[in-house]
Amino acid sequence: MSSLMIEAEGLTKSYGSTKALAGIDLQVPAGAILGALGPNGAGKTTALRILTTLSHPDAGWARVAGHDVVKEAAAVQRNIGVTAQDATVDEILTGRQNLVMIGRLSGLRRGEAKARAAGLLGQFDLTDAADRMLKEYSGGMRRRLDLAAGLVTRPPVLFLDEPTTGLDPASRLRMWNVIRELVAGGVTLLLTTQYLDEADELADRIVVIDHGHVIAEGTPAELKTQTGGARLEVTLTEANPAASEALEPFASGPVHLSQDGRRLRAPVRTGGGLASTVVRALDAAGITVDDVEVHQPSLDDVFFALTGRPAELAGDHGDHDLEVARS
Amino acid sequence: MTATTLPVLRPAPARGLAQRFADVLVLTGRNIVHIAREPLQLSDVTIQPVLFTLLFVYVFGSGVVLPGGGSYTDFAIAGLLALNLTTSAMGTAVGLSNDLNSGVIDRFRTLPMWKAAVLVGRSLADLSTAALCTLIVALTGLVIGWRPHASVLAVIGGFALFLLFAYALSWGCGCLGIVSKGPESAQGVGLVILFPLAIVSNGLVPTQRMPAVLRFIADWNPVSAVTAAARHLFGNPNPSATFSAWPMQHPVEASLLWSVALLLIFAPLATFLYRRRTTG
Repeated sequence: MSSLMIEAEGLTKSYGSTKALAGIDLQVPAGAILGALGPNGAGKTTALRILTTLSHPDAGWARVAGHDVVKEAAAVQRNIGVTAQDATVDEILTGRQNLVMIGRLSGLRRGEAKARAAGLLGQFDLTDAADRMLKEYSGGMRRRLDLAAGLVTRPPVLFLDEPTTGLDPASRLRMWNVIRELVAGGVTLLLTTQYLDEADELADRIVVIDHGHVIAEGTPAELKTQTGGARLEVTLTEANPAASEALEPFASGPVHLSQDGRRLRAPVRTGGGLASTVVRALDAAGITVDDVEVHQPSLDDVFFALTGRPAELAGDHGDHDLEVARS
Repeated sequence: MTATTLPVLRPAPARGLAQRFADVLVLTGRNIVHIAREPLQLSDVTIQPVLFTLLFVYVFGSGVVLPGGGSYTDFAIAGLLALNLTTSAMGTAVGLSNDLNSGVIDRFRTLPMWKAAVLVGRSLADLSTAALCTLIVALTGLVIGWRPHASVLAVIGGFALFLLFAYALSWGCGCLGIVSKGPESAQGVGLVILFPLAIVSNGLVPTQRMPAVLRFIADWNPVSAVTAAARHLFGNPNPSATFSAWPMQHPVEASLLWSVALLLIFAPLATFLYRRRTTG
């Protein structure tokens, strides 16, 4: 078995005339977290459905834990845990009954399944709600149970499809902590998200997916430097026409001056000690400084640089991927 | 979460034949819990049979004279078993359609389980509700004066024929549930098929005075065969016994043949349709 736990090459998938995946390659080494980032309809969910054996690719191949997702689906299923975007748990059963059922269907004996369910309910703070029907769970509780459901067999590979979409900020932070602890335990994880801060926060590597293509790939830091540097903002004690000239050596583009002449903004290449170098240069020119800020680019900036559209708006043109994938 | 409970990484064990039975058992249990918690579905096999039995026996019973004589109550119980079991077979279509339209089916599909257990577990859960329905009709019948006049073994045989037929029919309804868009349309189409099937039969009225076309249909209707077989085995009035149509002359054999034929057609068809709907 190769050290790649998730591997895909040239995956394509169309629904009617809609090309959901236009040839995607993925590699995730054992123990790594890959964040698949993209707007609604980019093809993330379609890729995830193929990797979790729910859907067959039109072309290309994928292996998970060393097994082909089409030809060896059962072997793949023994190695994966899945938390899909909509709840894939049984509304009519209680939380405990859900986990025991999933354990039994995964091949655990009754006693094992019960013990595992009790353990997971405790881990996810659901012990009090364990014997209530899922219907009565809040969105956050349901999401936690869904994640627990994916962990019943302690699978080596986990797939999480937008694990925090629709959660309130507190539940979201809590989910992040749960995911971090899982990964500390050695799980290989593929996570899809529309939230740029989430990918930045959790993933070792990120692939940016748009219109069924991988349009960029790298560590969060690499992506940021690859798609534009940082932004320097300087506030002067009082306006000084010499300030623009003093900043020019650092700038990688035009220096922008505010109307009152006190604030200057310029794109810069990030480098160690940039802020102190800037302050020293301004000081040498006899200019006094109130404030210096170096803004690292957010993944929002990255997405904009890559696609020419802000990520939030990108979803407007294509929800069809998810709709079709579920029908 | 605490550090002591971090996952130990291991793939789930490979599965044998025994595990298939375990999968079926687990899903049968899950479906029974569903039926018990869905008041509407449960009333189909508890309250409705009592109501139907009382209504038909007292309302129809006062107006129907059996050719060859005998009590309408004795005549009607087999017919009421047929009516209730046939219409409640719709539960399979509705239940399966509900599952297919919910996220839980995707969960099942990513588990290393026997995929057909979804269908077999459904059919067995519905068989258990059919048994409950049978028990309730029989008990209601006994309370209002129905009496079998045959050996215990023959009476049990009559019930068994009904349950076999209900089981076969539920696979047909399973196919309907798989191809329909949602539970409502499954129920709608199911009613259009099952209600005439139950009514154009010898179940509730003797067919002697039916128009020729209807009587032909009734004579060859599987519901008539199983009803006539049960009447024969219960030792209850069976006016169809005088007809020359083969199934009415040999109702036990006919009902067995019908049930086996339905199973042989619909069980593989349901498996095929299910696989087709859940692959892609």
